[in-house]
Amino acid sequence: MSDPTSATSEAVAEAGGGATLGKPRGLMGDAWRELRVRPLFWISIAIITLVLLIAIFPGLFAHADPNLGMLSRSRKPPSGEAWFGYDQQGYDVYARAIYGTRASLLVGLLATIGVVILGSVLGILSGFYGGWLDAVLSRVSDIFVGIPFVLGAIVILTSLNTAGQGGAVRIISLVVLSIAALSWPVAMRIMRSAAITAKQQDYVKAARALGASPTRIIVRHMLPNCLAPVLVYSTIALGAFIGAEATLSYLGVGLRNPVVSWGVMINDAKDYIRVAPHALLFPSAFLTVTVLAFVMLGDAVREALDPKLR
Amino acid sequence: MAEAILEVRDLVKHFPVTRGVLFKSTVGQVRAVDGVSFDLLKGETLGVVGESGCGKSTLAQVLMRLEPPTSGAALFEGEDMFKMRGPALRRLRRNIQIVLQDPYTSLNPRMTVGDIIGEPFEIHPEVAPKGSRAQKVRELLDVVGLNPEHINRYPHQFSGGQRQRIGIARALALRPKVIVCDEPVSALDVSIQAQVMNLLGDLQTEFGLSYVFIAHDLSVVRHLSDRVAVMYLGKMVEIGTEEQIYEHPTHPYTQALLSAVPVPDPTMRGRRDVIRLTGDVPSPLNPPSGCRFRTRCWKAQDICATEVPALEVRVADHPSACHFAEERAVV
Repeated sequence: MSDPTSATSEAVAEAGGGATLGKPRGLMGDAWRELRVRPLFWISIAIITLVLLIAIFPGLFAHADPNLGMLSRSRKPPSGEAWFGYDQQGYDVYARAIYGTRASLLVGLLATIGVVILGSVLGILSGFYGGWLDAVLSRVSDIFVGIPFVLGAIVILTSLNTAGQGGAVRIISLVVLSIAALSWPVAMRIMRSAAITAKQQDYVKAARALGASPTRIIVRHMLPNCLAPVLVYSTIALGAFIGAEATLSYLGVGLRNPVVSWGVMINDAKDYIRVAPHALLFPSAFLTVTVLAFVMLGDAVREALDPKLR
Repeated sequence: MAEAILEVRDLVKHFPVTRGVLFKSTVGQVRAVDGVSFDLLKGETLGVVGESGCGKSTLAQVLMRLEPPTSGAALFEGEDMFKMRGPALRRLRRNIQIVLQDPYTSLNPRMTVGDIIGEPFEIHPEVAPKGSRAQKVRELLDVVGLNPEHINRYPHQFSGGQRQRIGIARALALRPKVIVCDEPVSALDVSIQAQVMNLLGDLQTEFGLSYVFIAHDLSVVRHLSDRVAVMYLGKMVEIGTEEQIYEHPTHPYTQALLSAVPVPDPTMRGRRDVIRLTGDVPSPLNPPSGCRFRTRCWKAQDICATEVPALEVRVADHPSACHFAEERAVV
C-alpha cells in the first residue's frame, strides 16, 4: 500500500486479467464480463433476437397470408405446404404464428415499459421522501396488489374493450394499459425498497452535505444504484406479460380479430383441441419458448448484477 | 488564543421513538446528544472521543445539518448555522465539509473518481468555472496523494486507504474552513490509518483547516488533536488540551478510558492502575438521573443521583463534569 499506483494496477490486473489495464470499467462492465461466459445468456439472447426479427419482419419468415381463411382446408394437419397445418377457419397456422409475434411482443414490451416507468418513478419518490407521500403511495399500491390480476383485467376490459369496436391500436393499447395498471405495484415496491437502502448510504449523505438538490440526489446517486433490481424484474415481467396477454385473449377479453396474436390463436384453437391439436400446439410452443427466453435472460442478468452470487 | 470559528451551545438532538403506523404516538426519546457545548478554534483540531452510542456521530450529522437539532445553537463565524436558508446555507456547505467513516459506502459505486470529486464543483459552479474543473480534480487527487491519471477509474478499483483519500479530496474540493471527520480511520488497517492521519495533518497545515475529529480510539485522537472532548451518553464529561486530558484527567470516565489503552511497555505489566468499569452503557432512551456515569462510577454518592454535575473547571485548570473531579495518574 506504500505505493498507491502499483496497488491500483494490481487490483485492475486482478480483475481485468491484465488485458484492460488502465481502462475504466463500471459495474455494468463487470456484469457484462460475467454474462458473456454464460451459455444460458447466449441461448436466451439468440431466441429473443430471432423472435424480435420475426416480429419486425414477419414477411421474411412466412409467405402465406395469415388472414386468408379457406374452409376447404379447415383443420388440415401439418404438411409440406403448410408446416403447422390449418386451423378451424382454414388459416395457415405457421403464417399466423409468425404474424402474431408482433402483437404478442408489442403488448409485452409496452406493458413492461409502462410498469417500469410508473413503478420506478412512484417507488423512488416514495422511498426518497418517505413520510406521508410514502404512506399514501404504499397504501394505493396495496389496493392494486389486492386486486386479483385476471379478475381486474376482465373487469377493466369487459367494460372498455367491447366487441366490434375500435381498430387494432385501440385494442392493443387497452390491453397494455390494463396489464400496466394492475402490475405496477410490484415494480414500485422493488424500487421503493432499493431507494430506501440507497438513501441511507453514506454517499447520499456526502452529497447532501455538499448541498446537492433532491433532484440531483435522485438522478445522479439513487437511480443508477436502484435500477438493477427493477431491470431484472422487467426482463422476467416481459415474459409474464406476454403470457398475460395470451391469458386475456384466451378468456376472450384481450386481443381479438383483426389483431393476430398467440393468445388469439390459442383462444381460437381451444375448442378443437381433440380434432386439431396442431392449431393449439404451435402457438403455445412459440409462447412458451419466448417467455422462457425472457425469464432465462432475467435470471442471468440478476445473477450477473448481484455481487453476492458471484 | 485564536478566534473561535465554530461555537456550539447547548446542542440537543433527541430522536423520538414512535409507535403505530397511521396514528403515531411518541413513546420515548433517544437522547443521542443532550446539551453539548464547545468552541472550535481556527486552525485547531478538536478530538471527540467516547464509546459506541455516545452520540459522536449524531453530533457530526447535526453539525453538517444532515439532521435538524432538537434545540441549541451553533454559531459558524458568529452566525447561527441552524437558521441559515438558501444562499447562506449554500455558503455554509462550502465552509463545512465532512469525511465519512466507511470508505466503502461513502463513494457512489457508479461514478468515476473524477465525477465524485468533481461533483462539489457541479453543485457550486461558482467555485470553479467549467473548463478548469478537470484540472482542479487532478490537482486534488495529487494533493491527497493519488495518481491524477486515475481520474476515470471507479471506486471499486481502489483500496480502502485510497478510497478514504478520495473522500478527503471530495471534502477538500470546496476549500472548506472546517472539516468534520467522522471516524475517518476506524475502518482502515492500522498501517494505513497512520498515512491517512498524516495526510489530514499535512492538509491542515497547508490549508489552515479546523477539524472536529471524531473517534473512539484515544491514541488516534491524541496523535492529531490540540484539544480533546470526552463524551458519555450524549453529554461532554471533560474537555481540555491534549495534555490536560491525557496527563491530568479528572473525570472518572476519562480515567477509565485512558487506563484501558494498552501501553507498549512490558515492564509496566501488572504495575499499572487499571480501572475496570462494570456494567453496560445505560440506554439513552432512559438515561440515569443526575450524573449519567454514576451507575458505573466507583465514586458515586447520593448527590450524583440528584444533581447533574456541570461541565466546569474544578481542578487541573480544565472543565470536568464530575462532582468529585480529581486528578489521578493513570498511565
